[in-house]
Amino acid sequence: MGLITTGERTIVRAPEPTGSTQDSWVTSRLDFLVNWARSSSMWPMPFGTACCAIEFMATAASRYDLARFGMERLSFSPRQADVLICAGRVPYKLAPVLRRIYQQMPQPKWVISMGACASSGGMFDNYAVVQGIDTIIPVDVYVPGCPPRPEALMYAILMLHKKVQTERLRDGARHTEIEPDPQSHLYIPPSRIDELSEPFGNSVHQTRSAP
Amino acid sequence: MTRPLPSYPSTRPGSAREAAGEPAPITPHHVAHRGGAENPSVAALRERFGAAIVRAHVMWGETTVIVAADAIHDVIAFLRDEPAHAYNYLVDVTAVEYRDAEQPMELVWHLRSLPWQRFLRLKVEIPKGEPLVAPSITDLYASADWLERECFDMFGVTFTGHPDLRRILMWDTYREGHPLRKDFPLRGRFSRSEQLTQALSIDTVGRYSMTELTIAEAFDDLPADMRERLAERRAAELARSMRTLDAGDDA
Ligand code: SF4
Repeated sequence: MGLITTGERTIVRAPEPTGSTQDSWVTSRLDFLVNWARSSSMWPMPFGTACCAIEFMATAASRYDLARFGMERLSFSPRQADVLICAGRVPYKLAPVLRRIYQQMPQPKWVISMGACASSGGMFDNYAVVQGIDTIIPVDVYVPGCPPRPEALMYAILMLHKKVQTERLRDGARHTEIEPDPQSHLYIPPSRIDELSEPFGNSVHQTRSAP
Repeated sequence: MTRPLPSYPSTRPGSAREAAGEPAPITPHHVAHRGGAENPSVAALRERFGAAIVRAHVMWGETTVIVAADAIHDVIAFLRDEPAHAYNYLVDVTAVEYRDAEQPMELVWHLRSLPWQRFLRLKVEIPKGEPLVAPSITDLYASADWLERECFDMFGVTFTGHPDLRRILMWDTYREGHPLRKDFPLRGRFSRSEQLTQALSIDTVGRYSMTELTIAEAFDDLPADMRERLAERRAAELARSMRTLDAGDDA
């Protein structure tokens, strides 16, 4: 068996089939195999901070049955987790904790931001709540809803599967840790964060400072 | 140190009431918005403290007593220690600020007497602009510790005599002020990126795992007072386990 790289593809070439060993060989792209293995059993790290976590529990329970996706093993240690599911609002006091948990997860890792609060701060446009966890850690899939129904979370998981299945081993981006700026501790520019956290919807009518 | 509760005849709910021959309260069908029977403790307070009891009113069947600021500690101690009142449960310590500039700021204590099945709300009014200072009642109720810390964190009320008055909800290095004050902007004083920078610069290990800290590397980075507290606690635990060992040897 030899590995041959042709252009973009990595090919596992089986030896010439001979006699009885013929049935035991399958040829495939290594990328496909690895991605299939990764996406079929993503261990989730549940970061449940509020009401969305209840809906996450409902998704994991028997009726919706996350075990179908190889996800029944909730990994309460970030060291053995593949996908961080942030379910609920994240206050600023928890921001360094979330960042740390994300950094403790081994590469490759993915993040699902579940619910309006995790994705944008939701209705909590106030002094205490982070306006979207994408200002702290990179996010792969956002799930809208307050809370999202289990179907929505499962749809997000399937979307993540699709994303994983198109990944390339040769693409190094998935395997490099994003280092935040040592001074500001941010990994995206401050102006971008301010832009992302702008009030929208009803909260534009709130005054920034009381009269 | 918290003064121990006096030994009332019994703290079983309603026990003092039964002993005094008072009927058990029935669930009210209709409670007037204002007015109605006053909590009997108020009369005793008026008799004992006179002018320090500014006024009292009843709303939705609950009695509120407005007390002069310098008498509040004595009033609460009296209510707790007198067997005829026996307020042995401190429900809450909080504050109210009104948007109206003339309305004074109010500090609020909620007390409940289990033996007498009574509830009493005490308030102290502090005119706007005056320093927000009140005596701590941690010497009467141990549970006042965190309640007063929360009140300090959210409103900036200084409780004199509190053993460890620091923030409890916001982190220690929070620089934006006291969030529940009316002059505090809803979204905070800094830009979102600045808030995030400040939040992310917190040393999580140094702040969050008190019990694990005795063995963690972060121990030396802790504030001195926290280090001392942990060391003391550890010494006490050690002494206790030694005693248990000794007792085991003797047996
Ligand atoms: S999105 Fe809705 S359900 Fe989810 S945490 Fe926020 S408020 Fe709760």
